[in-house]
Amino acid sequence: MKIRNILMVASTLLLLVSCGNNSSQSETEQTPAPKANTLIGAGATFPYPLYSKMFDEYSKQEGVRVNYQSVGSGAGIKQLQNKIVDFGASDAPMSDEELKNSPAPIIHIPTALGAVVITYNLPDNPTLKFTPEVLSGVFLGEIKKWNDPKIAQLNPGVKLPATPISVIHRSDGSGTTFIFSDYLAKVSRGWETAVGRGKSLNWPTGLGAKGNEGVSGFIKQTPGSIGYVELAYAFQNKMPMATLQNQSGNFVAPTLTATSAAANTDDMPADLRVSITNTPAADGYPLCSFTYVLLYQKQAYNNRSPEQAKRVVDLIDWMLHDGQQFNEALEYGKLPERVEKKATDILKTVTYNNELLLK
Amino acid sequence: MNETLKLTDANWSKAISRKEKGFTITLWLVAISVIILVMAAFLTLLVQSIPSIKANGFSFIYGRMWNPITGEFGALPFLAGTLLTSFLALLIATPFSIAVALFLGEYYKKGMMSQLLKNMIDLLAAIPSVIYGFWGLFVLIPIVRKLQIALDIPPYGVGIFSASVILSIMIMPYAISLSRQVIQMMPSDLKEAAYALGATRFEVIRKVIFPHVLSGLFAGILLALGRALGETMAVTMLVGNTNALPDSIFAPGNTMASVIANEFTEATGAVYSAALVEIGLLLFVVVAIINLVGKRIIKHLAYT
Repeated sequence: MKIRNILMVASTLLLLVSCGNNSSQSETEQTPAPKANTLIGAGATFPYPLYSKMFDEYSKQEGVRVNYQSVGSGAGIKQLQNKIVDFGASDAPMSDEELKNSPAPIIHIPTALGAVVITYNLPDNPTLKFTPEVLSGVFLGEIKKWNDPKIAQLNPGVKLPATPISVIHRSDGSGTTFIFSDYLAKVSRGWETAVGRGKSLNWPTGLGAKGNEGVSGFIKQTPGSIGYVELAYAFQNKMPMATLQNQSGNFVAPTLTATSAAANTDDMPADLRVSITNTPAADGYPLCSFTYVLLYQKQAYNNRSPEQAKRVVDLIDWMLHDGQQFNEALEYGKLPERVEKKATDILKTVTYNNELLLK
Repeated sequence: MNETLKLTDANWSKAISRKEKGFTITLWLVAISVIILVMAAFLTLLVQSIPSIKANGFSFIYGRMWNPITGEFGALPFLAGTLLTSFLALLIATPFSIAVALFLGEYYKKGMMSQLLKNMIDLLAAIPSVIYGFWGLFVLIPIVRKLQIALDIPPYGVGIFSASVILSIMIMPYAISLSRQVIQMMPSDLKEAAYALGATRFEVIRKVIFPHVLSGLFAGILLALGRALGETMAVTMLVGNTNALPDSIFAPGNTMASVIANEFTEATGAVYSAALVEIGLLLFVVVAIINLVGKRIIKHLAYT
């Protein structure tokens, strides 16, 4: 009886192990079964409202259905690297290391611009002005009270209370945090050495809340608090927004025009993998960024059909041109003409077995 | 005649023994698969966290700095946050749970009131944790903030204390239902003997019931603690998510489960994701140790 029991245990184990092997094998070898006229994308949550609108319109116009899963930029990049989606989407451009770890060259096509606004909870919610130094001072925890002379000097005529400043930041890893910290790292040496840039930070001060809705909820509840949220979110919830001093010394309010202006510069690199925070544009808002779709430059992978490859490129080409009309209605910045042209040039390099897909 | 009877008898017993065997085998398979599942979960965590174990070594457990940018990963603030919130919650929940269990198990075993109370407790266990989080955010936090202003400490509202209060409400049903059962199952002859000797009701509870059911009460508390250690959503919403060692029970902190939930989706880089998995491994080990110690204590209490 005992021997039989042991045998049974062993065989069960074997069975389970073999099951495990099978499933993992089929996962790596699996190719997405391309249903006719369907594209699969995955990635950033930030452009999700815009993309759903665009893809809805696109399916009406062209009869191609796009299934976009807003799983987060990191997961989108991973799914593209594993070749289980037709395109990925990310707020931050992929790093050199991430590109090196990818199986084939990936190109970045910007589709829209996003901005991050500084919002707060003060009596009567005045429109405050911030310089880069004061902003980094507040978020580093060096400026502790609202009536600090540094803030008061910038905002003459505004009645600032003598209450402590409570910093509210994102607790979840987020592209919004990346844009915010990237900007502060560019304008403040202190921030760059003490904190740095990333999607999750080692915050010197403050409380963390999950998502834009968490941060804004905390700010609405906490008198004397300050934090950062996406522009679209702040607009829709009519939150107070600070005016920021840009590189040219102008104080610029966060608007869609100022967001687009931030990308309208001469020094855009050819591959458009660039951070546009602290823009040199005179009328640009300094806390902006592109959001990208990502795809393989050589589309003939995983037994993809040339039709499927053409479909992806056509979709992205449409997003770059016709699709841009939906950006501003949904509170996303439109791409400036120069960027649109450069992005089209990049998209034109996509090939299928050395044949250009877009002419 | 006699022979045929024997034959059917043998057939019958054969059929019985076949069924018996089939049943035994099924039970064996189910039992083994549970063990395999737990081992597999542990091994997966271990294997996936190897890059972090290699990079951070033991400083992972005592390091106070969690900085994904520089790649420095110390989980002590989260370990402290998890243990603090869970044990504080237990401290708040235990007296309430035992009182309610006594009420239901000894004073009012039947009747409208006790039925209503039982249903309410079951309902408490069924409420999703995100709802507890919302309730905490909108009702508890403003109250805690007022308390903090009165005590002249920074009025964050969120923090270890708020998270513990919500946790204590969430874990109470688990402690109550087990404690109530052991109190109810207490043999009545012991109690009656005590009453016969002239003991008051309070004396019976204190000197007869409590010593008898102590190990059962402790088991209920242990069950509740396990729930508190792993709770994620409600805690994330109320704990403040500050990656620093809390310096008071009102300070904001962070817990192991909530840092995983917050950072895992956007964790890029091999060591970073592995470090988050290693937090999961640490949580697994902590829960295992607490359970083992708890079992020893229960055994000890049951003997005395």
